[in-house]
Amino acid sequence: MAEAMKGIIERPEGEIKLETRGLNMHYDSFRALSDVGVSIAARRITALIGPSGCGKSSFLRCFNRMNDLIPSARVEGEVMVDGRDVYGREVDIPELRKRVGMVFQSPNPFPMSIYDNVAYGPRLHGAQERSALDEIVEESLRGAALWDEVKDTLRKSALDLSGGQQQRLSIARVLAVGPEVLLMDEPCSALDPTATFKIEELMLELKESYTIVIVTHNMYQASRVSQYTGFFLLGELIEYGPTVQIFENPKDQRTDDYVRGRFG
Amino acid sequence: MRRTRQAFDEQLAELEQRLLKMGEFVETMLEKAGRALVTHDVKLAEEAIAADDAADDMDLEIEQHCMRLLALQQPMSRDLRTIGTVMKVIADVERIGDYSVDIAKTAIELAQTEYYKPLEDIPQMVEIVRWMLRQALEALVAHDLALVATVIERDDEVDRLWYRIREQVEKVMQARPEVVPQAVALLLVARYLERVADHTVNIAERVAYMETGRLEVLAPSHRTEGGDGGAADSEVGAEGA
Repeated sequence: MAEAMKGIIERPEGEIKLETRGLNMHYDSFRALSDVGVSIAARRITALIGPSGCGKSSFLRCFNRMNDLIPSARVEGEVMVDGRDVYGREVDIPELRKRVGMVFQSPNPFPMSIYDNVAYGPRLHGAQERSALDEIVEESLRGAALWDEVKDTLRKSALDLSGGQQQRLSIARVLAVGPEVLLMDEPCSALDPTATFKIEELMLELKESYTIVIVTHNMYQASRVSQYTGFFLLGELIEYGPTVQIFENPKDQRTDDYVRGRFG
Repeated sequence: MRRTRQAFDEQLAELEQRLLKMGEFVETMLEKAGRALVTHDVKLAEEAIAADDAADDMDLEIEQHCMRLLALQQPMSRDLRTIGTVMKVIADVERIGDYSVDIAKTAIELAQTEYYKPLEDIPQMVEIVRWMLRQALEALVAHDLALVATVIERDDEVDRLWYRIREQVEKVMQARPEVVPQAVALLLVARYLERVADHTVNIAERVAYMETGRLEVLAPSHRTEGGDGGAADSEVGAEGA
C-alpha cells in the first residue's frame, strides 16, 4: 500500500506547519480515518475535498482536538503542530485552540455587540485594559476585512450583520486571540456568491501570515484559493499535491472521477 | 437512470464529433485543391475556395461551443484538457483550410499552363498531409497515443519531399528561365503543404497533452529554431519552437 501511495501523496516544499503520521480515527466501531499521513505547508492554503462522510472534517478537527468533544471519537497516530504531537500529555488544550483557531460552516456570533464578540477571546485569555482591547479589536476586524464596514457601529449587536459580515466577524474573533493556524470547515456554504468571493479574497490575504486549512464541498472554491489540495474518500487520503495538479491532471483515477463530477 | 454528468458527457462527445466533421470538411477542401492543381480543373478549385467560408463558420461555432462549456460546466481535469485542446486544434484545422484556398488559387493561376514535368511529389505530399490530418483527429477521438506518434513520424516524409522539390525547382529555374513563374508557384504550393503537415503535428501534440496532461513539443524537427519545418505557429510566434 505504502509503495502504491508514493507520488500520490506529495510533501509540499518549504516550511511544514501541520503533520499527521499513521492517523486513524474511529467513532465507536466506525473507522472515519485510515492511516492518514500528510504534511501541510506553513502560510499556504490547503484545501480538503471529498464526498460527504469521507472524513475531511474529522481530519480537520484533529488539529485542535475538537474531536475530544465527541465522546465516541477515538484518535490514534500522530497529529503534529510545529513538530509537536497535539495529543501529547502535556498539551494545554485551550492554548492549542488559541494557536489553532477554527471557523465553522454557519457564522455563530454571540448575542452581544460586535466589539464584545471580538474582545471575548482576548478577555478570556486575560486581556483587560481598554486601550489594549481597542487595539486588538481594530486589528482583528481589519484583518478580517470588516473594519471599514463596522467601525462606526461597534456597539451594535453582531446579530444585525449580514451573513457574510457575520462570517468575517467569526474570522475576526479567531484572529483576536493570535492564532497561527486557521481551520475552516465549509466557511462559505451558507453565503451568497459575493460574500463567498469576499471571504476567498480575505483568505488569500490571511495566508501571508497564517496557515489555512479549508474543508469545502465546493471544488471550484478549492481550485480558486488553495495552493495544495487533498482528496479524501472513505476515510483515506487518496491524493495530495499542488492544487493545479489535482484539478488539471490528477494521478489517481478516483480523484479524476471526483473532480470531473463523474463520481457515483 | 442517467449517469452523473451524462448531459455534459454528451456535449463533450458532440464537440468531438463537430471537430471531426470540420476536419473532414477541410480535408475535402485540400483534396479538391490538390486535384484541381494536377488536372487544371478551375471549377474544382473554385469549389475548394468557396468552401472556406463554411470552414470559418465551423471554427467559430466550435469555439463558441467550447466557451459555453467552459462558462457553464466548470470542467476539470481531462474534461478541461479536452476543451482546451479542441479550442487550439480548430485554429490549426482552420489554417489548413486557408492553405487549401491558397493551393486552389494557384491551381486557377496555372490552369492554362502546361507543367514543365508531370506533378508527382506534390500529389504525394497532398496524400500524406491529408492522412496526417485525418489520423491526428482520429487519435483525438480514439485517445490513441500510438497514432499520435505515427502522425509525427510522417512529418519527416513531408519535409524530405519539400527539400527535394526545392532542389528540383532551383535546378529547373537555372536551366529554363521560361518556366520560372510556374516553378515559383509550385514551390509555394509545396511550402503550403509542408506548413499543413506542421499544423497536423501541432494537433497531434495537443492530443498527447489531452491524454497525458504534459504540454511538450514532440516532433524533433520542431525543436530547433530558424530551420525549415519549424512549428506551424512560429510565423505568428504563438508557440516557441
